[in-house]
Formats: sequence, C-alpha cells, structure tokens
Amino acid sequence: MSSKNQQAYGQEGAAVQKDSSQLRQKQMIAAHYDRLAEAEKTGEKAVYTFVPGNLTELMLTFDLLPVLPEINALQSGMRGKSRSYISAAEKLGHSEDVCTYVKCDVGMLKSGNVGPTGKHLPDPSLLLLSYTGCFTFMKWFEILKQEYDCPVVMLHVPYQADGKITDSMRSYVVDQLKTKVIPVLEEVSGVKYDEDRLKGLLANSAKAEDDLVAVLEMAKNKPSPIDAYFGGVYYIGPIFTAFRGTEDAVEYYKLLRAEVEERVRLGKGPITPEGEMKEEKFRVVVEGPPNWTSFRKFWKMFADEGAVVVASSYTKVGGVYDNGFRHDPERPLESLAEYCLGCYTNLNLPSRVDMLERYMDEYQADGLLINSIKSCNSFSAGQLMILREVEKRTGKPGGFIESDLVDPRYFSAANIKNRLESYFQMIEQKRMGDAKAAEEKEEVQG
Amino acid sequence: MKYCVGIDLGSTTTKAVVLNEEGKVMGRGITNSRSNYEVACEVAVAEALINARFGLIEGKLQERGVDEKTRREQLEELEQGFRLAQYLDQCNILREEMEPLTAVAGEPFPEAVGGILTGMEKEASELFGKGSRRKSDFFRDLAGSRYLAMAEQVAKDMELSYDQLVGLFDKAILRVENHPSDADAFGRCIRAALSATHFDSEVFRESVEEAGSLELEQVGSVGTGYGRQTLPFPKEDIRSEILCHGLGAHAMFPGTRTVLDIGGQDTKAIQVDPQGIVTSFQMNDRCAAGCGRYLGYIADEMNLGLHELGPLACKSKRSVKINSTCTVFAGAELRERLSLGEKREDILSGLHRAIILRAMSLLARSGGVENEFTFTGGVAKNEAAVGALKKLIFENYGEVTLNISPDSIYTGALGAAIFSHREWMRSDEEEKVSA
Repeated sequence: MSSKNQQAYGQEGAAVQKDSSQLRQKQMIAAHYDRLAEAEKTGEKAVYTFVPGNLTELMLTFDLLPVLPEINALQSGMRGKSRSYISAAEKLGHSEDVCTYVKCDVGMLKSGNVGPTGKHLPDPSLLLLSYTGCFTFMKWFEILKQEYDCPVVMLHVPYQADGKITDSMRSYVVDQLKTKVIPVLEEVSGVKYDEDRLKGLLANSAKAEDDLVAVLEMAKNKPSPIDAYFGGVYYIGPIFTAFRGTEDAVEYYKLLRAEVEERVRLGKGPITPEGEMKEEKFRVVVEGPPNWTSFRKFWKMFADEGAVVVASSYTKVGGVYDNGFRHDPERPLESLAEYCLGCYTNLNLPSRVDMLERYMDEYQADGLLINSIKSCNSFSAGQLMILREVEKRTGKPGGFIESDLVDPRYFSAANIKNRLESYFQMIEQKRMGDAKAAEEKEEVQG
Repeated sequence: MKYCVGIDLGSTTTKAVVLNEEGKVMGRGITNSRSNYEVACEVAVAEALINARFGLIEGKLQERGVDEKTRREQLEELEQGFRLAQYLDQCNILREEMEPLTAVAGEPFPEAVGGILTGMEKEASELFGKGSRRKSDFFRDLAGSRYLAMAEQVAKDMELSYDQLVGLFDKAILRVENHPSDADAFGRCIRAALSATHFDSEVFRESVEEAGSLELEQVGSVGTGYGRQTLPFPKEDIRSEILCHGLGAHAMFPGTRTVLDIGGQDTKAIQVDPQGIVTSFQMNDRCAAGCGRYLGYIADEMNLGLHELGPLACKSKRSVKINSTCTVFAGAELRERLSLGEKREDILSGLHRAIILRAMSLLARSGGVENEFTFTGGVAKNEAAVGALKKLIFENYGEVTLNISPDSIYTGALGAAIFSHREWMRSDEEEKVSA
C-alpha cells in the first residue's frame, strides 16, 4: 500500500472517530466540567467518589455532581501534567511507593485543583467512599478529608471471598444505603430521596449497559472491529463516570453501537493511532490498566505488530455487565448493591481467573497479557498466579509487562517494546509449531 | 557457496554466526559494538566469514590427507600471520585518520604521534607471535593499550600533554572503527600470512588458495539484540533476542528447558519447549542492576580487570552478605566493607551471589528451573557467578543438569542464524513447488 493510501486510511479513521460518538463524548465531558467549574456560583454541590462501585444514579437523584479523582489523575497523566503533580505530592511527604493516582490527585489539588479541561474543580461537599476491594481508596479519602474538612460516608461492600453474592451480603449493603448513605445525601443536598426518580435513572443505565455489552462483544468478530482495551477505555468513559443513568449516556451508547455494527458489516478492523488496522495478526486479552503517560506510544506498540486487544478486565473495573448483570429499576437499591458487589475489583482471584479464561475462549484469543502496575499494591498481588493458571487452562502463552498508571518515570519504552515484540513473536512461533504438529499428525494418520 | 547469517547486536559486543546449507556452523565472529551499528554488523559478519574460511581451509587440508596435528600447527601459524596483517592494516588506517588531526594540533604532534604509530607497528609481531596472549582481540583495545603506554613515554620525553595525545587517539579510533572494510581485505591479509609462514608445502598453499577464493554468497540474514531496531534489516528479518536465545540454547543443548542469560545490560529467564520454542520469559525491568555491567563497575572500583573478578572471588572462604544489587549502592557497600577490613575475595564472593539472587527471582517468576538448565551470556564465563548459581539452583530446585557452552556468547546469534536458515529452506521449498 502506498503511503498516500495509508494516509487516506488514517484520515478516514480519524474522521469516523471525530464525527460521531467520540465527538459526542467530548461534548458531554466538556459540559460536565463546565458545570463543575460553575458549581461554586450556581450553588450545585460536588461529591467526590471512585469509579469502582460508583453510585452515580443515586447521586444524580439528589442533583449532586460526581467528581472522580482517578479519572482526573489519568487525564492529568495523558496531558503530561502528572510528573509535576507527583513531584508536588512527594514534596509533601508521600513516598515513592504510594499509588500514583493518589499522588497525582494530591498534587493537582495542591496546584490549584484545575481539572482536565483546564477549569477549576469545586471542593467536595461530601466524600462518598464506596469501598469495593481497593484498600488505597480509604487512605486516599482520609487524605482528602484532611484537606477539605468535609463529611465522608463509607459504604462497606463485602469482598466476594467465596466468589458469590449471598442474600446477607446484599442486604448488608442495602441496609447501609438506606440508613447511612441516603440520609447523608439528603442532608448534604437538601433534597428528599425520591425512589421513582432513581428508578428512571436506573432504567436508562440498563439501556446503556445493553449497548455497551453489545459493543464490547462485537470484538468476538474476526477481525475485531474495536480494540477492547485502548479503544475500550474511551467506550467505558461515560458509563464509568458521571453519566451512568443519564439520557446522554443512552444516546452515546446507541450511537457507538451503530458505528461499531457498521464496522462489523464492512469487515473493518479497529482504528488505532496509526489509522485503521490493516491486518489483525494477534488477538490478546489484557489484564491490568493501561499506562496513561505514554498511552499512544503504548498502543502503537500493539498496533505496529498487528495486535488487537479483544477483551480486557480493565474495562470491567467500573462494572461487570457481560455476565448478564443490569441495573434494575424494579429493585433499585438491591441492584445498586449487586452492582457494587460485582465490580471486578471486588472479585476474588479464582473468579478473575475464570473470567479471563472465559474471555480467552469466547474471544478466540491467542494469549493473555498482563500489564502489572508498579505502584498498585492492591492488584499486582496474584497476577503471576492468574497468568500461570490461565496459561495452564487454555494452553495459550502468557506475557507479562510492567509499567505504571501516571508516573512517567516508570514507563521504560525500550524495555516494554522489547517484551511485547518477544511476546508476539512467541505467539507466532507457537502457532507455527502447532500448525506443523497438526500437519505431521495428519500425515501420520493419512 | 551459499550461507546465511545471524547477528546479535548487543550493548557491549556484536556477534555473528554463519551457517551453511546443511545448517551447520561455519564460522563465528565478534566485535565491540560501536556508535555505528551498521559497521558493527559488517565487522562481525566479516569476522565470522574469516573464521568460516579458516574452517574451509582445514577441510581442504583434511581432504588432502594432512594429519590433525600438522593441520592444527599450520592453521595456528596462518591465523597468527593473518591477525598480524589485519592489525597492521588497521594501524595503517589509524595513521591515515590521525594525520589530519595531528596537523590541526600543530607541531610537534605529527612527529610525536607518527613515532608512536611506528613503534606500534614495529612491536606488532610480538603481539601476535607464537603463544602470545592478548586480553582482547578488538583493535580498539589492543591498539589503545599500546598507544597509551607509548604516549606516556613520548609525553615525558617531548614534554607534551599526555591528555592531548590521548584525545587525538580517541577521536581517530572512532573513525577507524567506522571505516568501511574493503573487499579484498581477506585476500590481502591471507596472502601476507601465507608468505610469512614457514610451511612451504604445495598442499598447504593450494588448500589456502582454494578455500580463500571460494565465492561466498549470503542468501539470508536475521538480526537480534538490543540494537536490532536500528539494524539495516527489513522487519520480518528481525527477531526478539528472547526467542533467539531460547532457540540458540536449544540448538547447543537440545535437552534445555530453562535458559538464564546474563548479558551486559539485561538478564533474561526463559522457558522453552522440546522444540526450542519459548513458552514464557521474564526480564529485568527499567534497571540493569545485577547485570554484567555491575561486575564491570565493581572491577573498576577495585581496580581489577573484569576477568580477574571471578578467580579472586573463588578464593573466598567466607562470603560477605551483600544486600544491594543496585550498582551504585553496591559500590558504596564495597568501600564500606573494605574499610571495615573485610577481605576483597569475601566481598567479591558476596557480590556475585547478589547478582545471582536477582537472577533467581526472575527465574522463579518465569516459571522456575526445569531440567536441563542452560546458562548463557558473558557472565556465564565467570566461575564465581557459576558457582553461586549452582549452589542456589541446588538449594531451590534440587539436582539439575547445568549446561554452559564455551561459545555461549554466541547463543543469540546462533538462534538468529537458525531462524534465517529456516527461512532459507522454506523459500527453497517454495521455489521447488512453484517450479
């Protein structure tokens, strides 16, 4: 293909992305941050909360504006701001081993609390801690509480140690919602709890969730029309953040689904930083978040090798929907409880292994790759066990790379590229070896 | 005669292995990696081809019924003559490169440097005489050490700045190293070597000439190693060094299941299947602590040669526990221990163990150690490192066969060469089918 054609591909790719869902998402996000920037004037109140186990519909029921510190941190990482924010936090005494999301957030706060769109973020009126497996979240909000001197409410979500949700676990969470979380939300917002309003929002959530699952599952096609990791992080944007339950989210996912369906119809591969992927050579499942400071470079390392991520666990951290779970307007608080209990971060290791094994089979993947996060103590533990177990069960090779969320010092491009290339070549060799063995077997039998 | 080649462009050295049509090793070549990777590859391949031609000469002698002892003597002398001629060739290039530099430096540098170079040429035959031992075969090291020694004297005698004399050499040697080699270099050197030998037999002369004039045609090449991205190779001819090391180790020791490679700046733990296909690997990340360079740094700190570390450490009766594998911290720990009166060999023994402990962690994470276990890379030549490894492997994994090849430095290049050979055979097959 001539370079001119390649360019045309790239332009076409970019055009598709910008014209429709991508553009819409951008507008939604910009509008939300504008609203946050104006909040101190308009009197709207902000609640800081985390992505896993977020109770967005409930917050919206009380007209509260969600702010998600992890999202701000990853955005800072993508915009090249995290290095200085992390330094600022280290100056305050946060050690090198602390989660870099936390340091980036603290640094941002200390540098004027300017959000990803360059506008000021309001102070929180409440810190809503829905605890779903990451123990750092508790420490994070302890720090923020000191900084802002605002109330904190904690929803304690029991860990799925036995890999299932029991009735008592569900009612434990529902009780806390009724007796702790809702009263605090009423107090902070001055709005009375209106269950019908919550039901309406949850109905919207379920619609968007249907479309999101359809989009992610279209990666089962060959070629996959999407990259379910690098592209996937954009697709989960609205539903994992401030928009779950809104009409905007319903519209966004409808639009996205139609676009991806069209790509399937045309037999097109995903759009990468280099334009549309021409040949899908490797299909991999990825566990662990991406690196944000070198996001495009990282993605390009996959795209250059013709590697597509067909499924990832990271796109499930804000909710696992492809196992059939939906928010249910008929059981509003129960389904919110089940949502929190079912987050990826709240699953035990055997459940994660089962999930990744299922992805390997259903998405016909060539291997499982783990991107282990240097500063994440909660989720790096057990990853090698996960890798070995999935390898054993599927017979497919596993790969292991290390980087970080938003600390650019922990992204060693040459080393990661070396490992990735080795991994993809390893898959190829294994594939050739398997084909040869099959051929020989045939010859013997014939 | 057709051949294919595998090139491993490492951080310290560049290696090449040449295979013939049957997939047998014809020759191996090594050179120091330099700023110009393309030249480093060229030199390594040229060296491998020289090695291959010596192999061919031996084949010719054998065909003519020359006995083994005579063959060995004849080839040894021929090679010494060849290396001398090659060295003088390079000295000549050095002189050419130094002339304009000394002219700029002004009087009396042209005369001073000219004198040094002439001195180097005169004593060259001693460097390559019978039974001579050289610490390195790279021209940079050989010429460098002689030049520095003589420059010291000249600086004193002529009351010149020693640093300036050294600076001139440093500038020139970069240019010498990046000098493209001329096509007839082999012919010229072998003729010089032949005329210098005292073996005056027709059989010998004919064998050398026949093997020397054989047309060698390169039909394929595969590159690997850290510098592979910059190799002048198409992407499909580049393989990851992890795959190459796995396959190379498998070719050397077919029973290999686990490979440990400790190179200059990285350590790799690799698991391979019975076909030599890599099934899992781990390597050091972001930090090269515990790699070969660590030993280089320690050697410098102790004012020892790299090759002296192992033997000295082996003398230890009571290894000192060194906690840090961070190269910089280890240097500090080393000085502290010395000041506390610990013996050098005991500290060195502890440092070797520290490196191997780090490798043990990588091995564990890659899936452990399976029988047989092959150790490759420059550090595999260090007996103290091997001793520490043996002990720790036994403690952690029990009795395991440990393979170390004297050619282990060529493992990656051999793997690359085998990939190239497979490609060659495949395209031959395709040609046959289409014909």
